[in-house]
Amino acid sequence: MSLNLREPLIFDFSRPGRGARGQWPAALAGPAVPEALRRRERALLPACSELDVVRHYTRLSRLNFSIDTHFYPLGSCTMKYNPRACNAAAMLPEFLGRHPLAPAAHGQGLLACLYELQEMLKTVTGMRAVALSPLAGAHGEFAGVAMIRAYHRARGDLERNEIIVPEAAHGTNPATASMCGCIAREVAVDAEGDVDLAALRAAVGPRTAGIMLTNPSTLGVFERRIEAVAQIVHEAGGLLYYDGANLNAILGKVRPGDMGFDVIHMNLHKTFSTPHGGGGPGAGAVGVSARLQPFLPLPIVGRDADGDQARYRWLEERDLPQSIGRMASFAGNAGVLLRAYVYMRMLGREGMQRVGEFATLNANYLSARLQQAGFEAAYPRRRASHEFILTLKRLAQTRGVTAMDVAKRLLDLGFHAPTTYFPLLISECLLIEPTETESKQTLDAFVDAMAQILREAAEDPERLHGAPYTLPVRRLDDVRAARDLDLAYRGPVA
Amino acid sequence: MPFIPHTDEDIREMLSAIGATSIESLFDEIPTALRTGSLQEIPAGMSEMEILQLMSARARADGRQLCFIGAGAYEHHIPAAVWAIVTRGEFYSAYTPYQAEASQGTLQTIYEFQSMMTSLTGMQVSNASLYDGATALAEAALMAVRANRRSKSARILLPRTVHPHYRAVARTTASNQGLRLEEVAYDRAQGGTPVEALRDFEGQDITALVIAQPNFFGVLEDVDTLTDWAHAHGALVIAVVNPTSLSLLKPPGNWGGRGADIVVGDGQPLGCPLSAGGPYFGFMTTRSEFVRQMPGRIVGRTVDLEGRPGFTLTLQAREQHIRRAKATSNICTNQGLLMMAGTIYLAMMGAEGLERVAAACMARTAELTERLAAGGAVRRMFAGPVFHEAVLALDRPAAPVLAALATRGIQGGLDLAEHYPELGSAVLVCATETKTTADIEAYGQALAEALPAVRAA
Repeated sequence: MSLNLREPLIFDFSRPGRGARGQWPAALAGPAVPEALRRRERALLPACSELDVVRHYTRLSRLNFSIDTHFYPLGSCTMKYNPRACNAAAMLPEFLGRHPLAPAAHGQGLLACLYELQEMLKTVTGMRAVALSPLAGAHGEFAGVAMIRAYHRARGDLERNEIIVPEAAHGTNPATASMCGCIAREVAVDAEGDVDLAALRAAVGPRTAGIMLTNPSTLGVFERRIEAVAQIVHEAGGLLYYDGANLNAILGKVRPGDMGFDVIHMNLHKTFSTPHGGGGPGAGAVGVSARLQPFLPLPIVGRDADGDQARYRWLEERDLPQSIGRMASFAGNAGVLLRAYVYMRMLGREGMQRVGEFATLNANYLSARLQQAGFEAAYPRRRASHEFILTLKRLAQTRGVTAMDVAKRLLDLGFHAPTTYFPLLISECLLIEPTETESKQTLDAFVDAMAQILREAAEDPERLHGAPYTLPVRRLDDVRAARDLDLAYRGPVA
Repeated sequence: MPFIPHTDEDIREMLSAIGATSIESLFDEIPTALRTGSLQEIPAGMSEMEILQLMSARARADGRQLCFIGAGAYEHHIPAAVWAIVTRGEFYSAYTPYQAEASQGTLQTIYEFQSMMTSLTGMQVSNASLYDGATALAEAALMAVRANRRSKSARILLPRTVHPHYRAVARTTASNQGLRLEEVAYDRAQGGTPVEALRDFEGQDITALVIAQPNFFGVLEDVDTLTDWAHAHGALVIAVVNPTSLSLLKPPGNWGGRGADIVVGDGQPLGCPLSAGGPYFGFMTTRSEFVRQMPGRIVGRTVDLEGRPGFTLTLQAREQHIRRAKATSNICTNQGLLMMAGTIYLAMMGAEGLERVAAACMARTAELTERLAAGGAVRRMFAGPVFHEAVLALDRPAAPVLAALATRGIQGGLDLAEHYPELGSAVLVCATETKTTADIEAYGQALAEALPAVRAA
């Protein structure tokens, strides 16, 4: 293979006196920094030619798996195709060059997109109002729980500081509860993956601020008794939070607002296909029911009728005095929001209904085929939602082959691994989410790879412990990474 | 239908493998009463050509004005190569590098980013980025409470010279966890935070002092004196800095006798377009001893089974997916693509190029304030030295003057009336290396035309 599998650090290309001079502005004489405030030694930044830099980062890019290069069935992350048109539209020079504090009168086009995005998100989620400013899913979670707290406080209900989370919840749920000064209380789920209602009834009370639920849950199944859950929590005086991580499963099929949720965050980088970018940027818009509307985070795009002409503007504290406040330096990840807007307009109402349908079809097909190939589903009696869990418990016991071994071997076979070891309560699990944009041929090829791994596990389990073999690196020593911390380059070794 | 590849035959075969009669039947576990009808209020779908025509028309309507607003987001030249590389599918459409072996490109870039940021700020460790500058400050305040074990008060001194939005975000975040954020007054003549303003807090338990350099007014603070005061009184120092300025300004790690303890800021000036407020990236660096208190992803260099170097996420026991309710933060992602843009930008500019940029910004801002003051209706409000922004005092109301400038294609700065009413008619202006003498002259001309229409106060 001619691909470069090793790439030195950018610092290794650096030579004193070299530089991408075409990028530098002309030297200008101006005021000097006062002596006492001046930098004495130059920072250790590389001195490279433009070609050095372009070649280095282009080569690094080739060491990555990505949606554009590989099937990427990472459960709970919705790694669907990111249409290039979304990027092209968001990168139009007028949008890119717009200062966040520029006058609204000269940004009506952008604000119209954001306003319409708010409206479309309201419709698909069944919520009363939407704010776009949270910068990621977990940031949206923070806004949601902060609104729940603000709601109780505004009613003089000061004791409510417990947030209930099912034991299978994303780690961000309990972490968010803590960040909002609440106590996270976990409740069990039953053998079929539904919330244990008896445990829930025992957990709620006068201290219950709310419950955070993902539906379909992180177990890849729809919470069938959601109406009963809503009733129990509401009767106890708590509110319902919808973690939108799995919204892709139900888009166009059932709406969180209709299920009784009071607040929801949406991961626009999942359901609405903005890029994951190697870990961001995300966008975590929040939607609320009428009773939480006064507490929405700022700013929000408002629309004033001005004759026939609509005028858009940012709503601020004077418009929403009970708001939980500002979430970000400016108005949110506008560039991400524009990408989500373009995606939604391309899909339209019909395309959006197809998302949930084909995400579900693909997951159920893949689950059925993998079970036929000899793998064990964690919830074989349930319908898969947009994702499903395999448990490799038996394989681990009989052959000593773990979920990690299978994940690493999949990399050798040209597939990104599913999510491993989450949710925590299923041992040796793989959480698999194919998404609606993958074809049957791709899914069939993945089944073939999994079947091959199962054969290898029977014939030569040792080989699987050593995988991957064909990637830029073999398995990495994580223990050493955490023990002998090497977090930054310090200069050439003398 | 867009982006769904299934043929009718595929669908038939797939349903048959599942043993289902229809796609609809796959939703039979959802209570019927909850099922959504059609989404009639959503518009019909558009082709790529149609949506791009619509977006281009809206972008054209917004147009491009000559922008002299800074206030936390700065227009800089971005090398064409930066976003050409960032938007390569291998970076653009990858996710958090959980599978290290299949993500060495992203991981090595983060390691290089951490290296550059620690050196630029003069600190020992960096994370892989946070959401933006304001949220980075909020996280730094929470981190200071964890890190300063001698302090029990959770009191953070937050001077009024820190960006008002940053202070607002810190309040949103901190108010739920019982932190007390206390304002510190500024010097009306110099525009900085004088150490005298801290005297009232002496003898009290203070967790941390925030120091912005340059501050929101563009003014350079006496960072050495403020840092030493904080350390003498048992407080940690949280520095809020502009990364471009660090090529010329003393890095926070060298402030005062012991240096700052936590350094945060917004990385937007490093290769990230203004883009109406985001996405940008926040950065955070600190001392080695506080690394386990730091929020966010961190990448470390290690070796693989064959002893070859490689990169991996490390110290994950701080994070939400392991520690759940006891994590240092609920943060999950970083700002991957923006962090990458920042890294490529810094690699392209190098220390010398970044110095050039910073010096050009200082020179252009000085040129701008001199040109505008020449008319007589405008003067510099503060005497303190500035980096690439300055507050101008006007002899008549600012809002109508700025509105009149906007009709002439000039975004003339930020009206400070909302956040600093005590300053009277005051405008924060900024000129970076992107502004030419002709641009500055255009502003001067437009101002001369706009002023007569607005009656002097």
